[in-house]
Amino acid sequence: MRSMLLSITILLLPAGASALEVFACEPEWASLVSELAGDDVNVTVATTAFQDPHRLQAKPSLIAAIRKADLVVCTGADLEIGWLPLLLRRGGNPEIFMASDFVRKLEVPQVISRSQGDIHPQGNPHVHLDPRNIRRVAAALAEQLAEMDAKNAVAYNTRLADFQERWSDALATWDQRAMSLAGLEIASHHRSFSYLANWLGLDIVATIESKPGIPPSGAQLASLLERLNDNPPVVVIRTPYENEKPSLWLSERLSLPAIQLPYTISGNAAVTDLFTLFEETLRILEEYRS
Amino acid sequence: MRINSVVVALLLLGTHTPVVHAQDLADEVAELRALLTEVQQDYEVRISDLEIRLAKAEQLASGAKREATEAFDIAEQTAIDQSAGTSAANTFNPALGAVLSGLYSDNDGFELGEAEINLKADVDDKFFGNLTFAVGEEDGEAEVELEEAWLQTTSLPGGVTLRGGRFFSGAGYLNEFHGHVDDFVDRPLPYQVFYDGQYKVDGLQARWIAPTTTMLELAAEVSSDSEALLANFGGDIGASNSWQVGMSWVKTDPDALIGDGELGLVDFVWKWAPNGNSGQRSFKLQGEYFSSEESGWYLQGVWQFLPQWRAGLRHDTVEAADRDSLMLDWSPSEYSRLRLQYTNDRVFAETDDQWFLQYIMSLGAHGAHQF
Repeated sequence: MRSMLLSITILLLPAGASALEVFACEPEWASLVSELAGDDVNVTVATTAFQDPHRLQAKPSLIAAIRKADLVVCTGADLEIGWLPLLLRRGGNPEIFMASDFVRKLEVPQVISRSQGDIHPQGNPHVHLDPRNIRRVAAALAEQLAEMDAKNAVAYNTRLADFQERWSDALATWDQRAMSLAGLEIASHHRSFSYLANWLGLDIVATIESKPGIPPSGAQLASLLERLNDNPPVVVIRTPYENEKPSLWLSERLSLPAIQLPYTISGNAAVTDLFTLFEETLRILEEYRS
Repeated sequence: MRINSVVVALLLLGTHTPVVHAQDLADEVAELRALLTEVQQDYEVRISDLEIRLAKAEQLASGAKREATEAFDIAEQTAIDQSAGTSAANTFNPALGAVLSGLYSDNDGFELGEAEINLKADVDDKFFGNLTFAVGEEDGEAEVELEEAWLQTTSLPGGVTLRGGRFFSGAGYLNEFHGHVDDFVDRPLPYQVFYDGQYKVDGLQARWIAPTTTMLELAAEVSSDSEALLANFGGDIGASNSWQVGMSWVKTDPDALIGDGELGLVDFVWKWAPNGNSGQRSFKLQGEYFSSEESGWYLQGVWQFLPQWRAGLRHDTVEAADRDSLMLDWSPSEYSRLRLQYTNDRVFAETDDQWFLQYIMSLGAHGAHQF
């Protein structure tokens, strides 16, 4: 009887040796998990660089993926509000790590009203484009991983120390290069690059969407054009998932280049991890400094 | 000071040359050597002193850098702590949302749709609760209808969730959606005939998601006068396509549903968007087949051709009755939609052309919609 009970208990327990399953909402966090966890975890990523993380759907493949997850690593600050809560209610019961909880948010709105567009009450959620934020998130994420997977805790801490050292070295050279970019005047499609601009000291003189998440109307574009005519920015930037049409329209009228920055991992062919994300972003922007 | 004495010594040496005494010269050379050694040692001391000061400065600089980093971290943490907000009684209020809708049709004129009010929140660490009621008017009398009032588990292991209370049955793809997310003004004919628009269950639902890569979901529903079994499969094809197929079987009291009280359903939906990015362009094709004593089906396609604009075509039929509908809608944001619809209705002997104008506006919290 006792041995039968024991064998039933063993059958009901999850297989002991299985690796931690991580569900990452965006490629940047999947990449950070890989840096910190190596082969100790399996990572599934919900979006690509070409998918708008605001507008994903709670599709069947993601329901199946989150069902198996032990840990969900996402941005938070309501970036995934349109799909993540639903996935989490469909049978998964993972731990939740929200990267934006560990950084200071920019553009926290003073007035919360939908008349202002698709605003985020907690502030701008595109936090990963400031490398100093990556360092902070990495420390918190390693702690979370070590807590959940105690037998590999030493490995997570070792990888964290190694990552932080490489990151600090890279950041020192990026900071040097940033000096020549300070004050560069830029127009942006959406407020996707606020953290990048804050770090590099870029001057975002205009946002094509007059209100976040709402496509600009013809009249809004015309008034934007009029405002920028006398003092045009150097370049118009957008992410790989944003509609290129308004950027191209503005670039044609003002005779200035419209470019796509990688924004996240695989945003262009050269970006394979977080290091190359910032390398590439700087390299592209440096082409336009005066 | 010492350099000066060396110079003086050299000068003295120069003035004394005419009177050369070997002994004096030797003494002076020795004295000069001693002086030089002293100078040399003095410089060595000074250099090592400078080296120490340099090392100290470097140490200070790296300390300052570390302190700057720490200061950045402390400043960030303080900002995060301060933005965390304060606790008050209202902080735990459920998410509150309302949907307003209205319809103008060329047959019936202006019709105010039901206003739908929804409250939802986590109850505690184990349950989630959802309440929806619709406020409307029937024959001049105000009417409140309880649409949904259910609780659901949030922490059962193994992909299992239990839901209890009043809920929309999972039998049929469209049935779980609220009317305000429909792509057409009215529900397809089989929904109107077999479900009276929407099939609500007062009972219990158990769902299980299999630990597979392709989604497999099995579910059962029971109430005092009905039972249902459901299965859903779904996945992706490449980055651009997602699909779901469902099968359901429903058995009810013969009075509850038309037919012999037994109903079988098959449904499918396929969604396409370039790279899976539905912000600009997308296409959705869905269809369902209902089989009881009578049978019916519909097939509809909706094409998002501009970020805010969609066009749709639907054919729906039950037995001999059928209709075709064409719609165009404009969504200035996720929260508002205006729609124009034309329906060629052949349900009755005489063909009827119908035109509709509809608005659907969503206020406050607006939860995610399922696939």
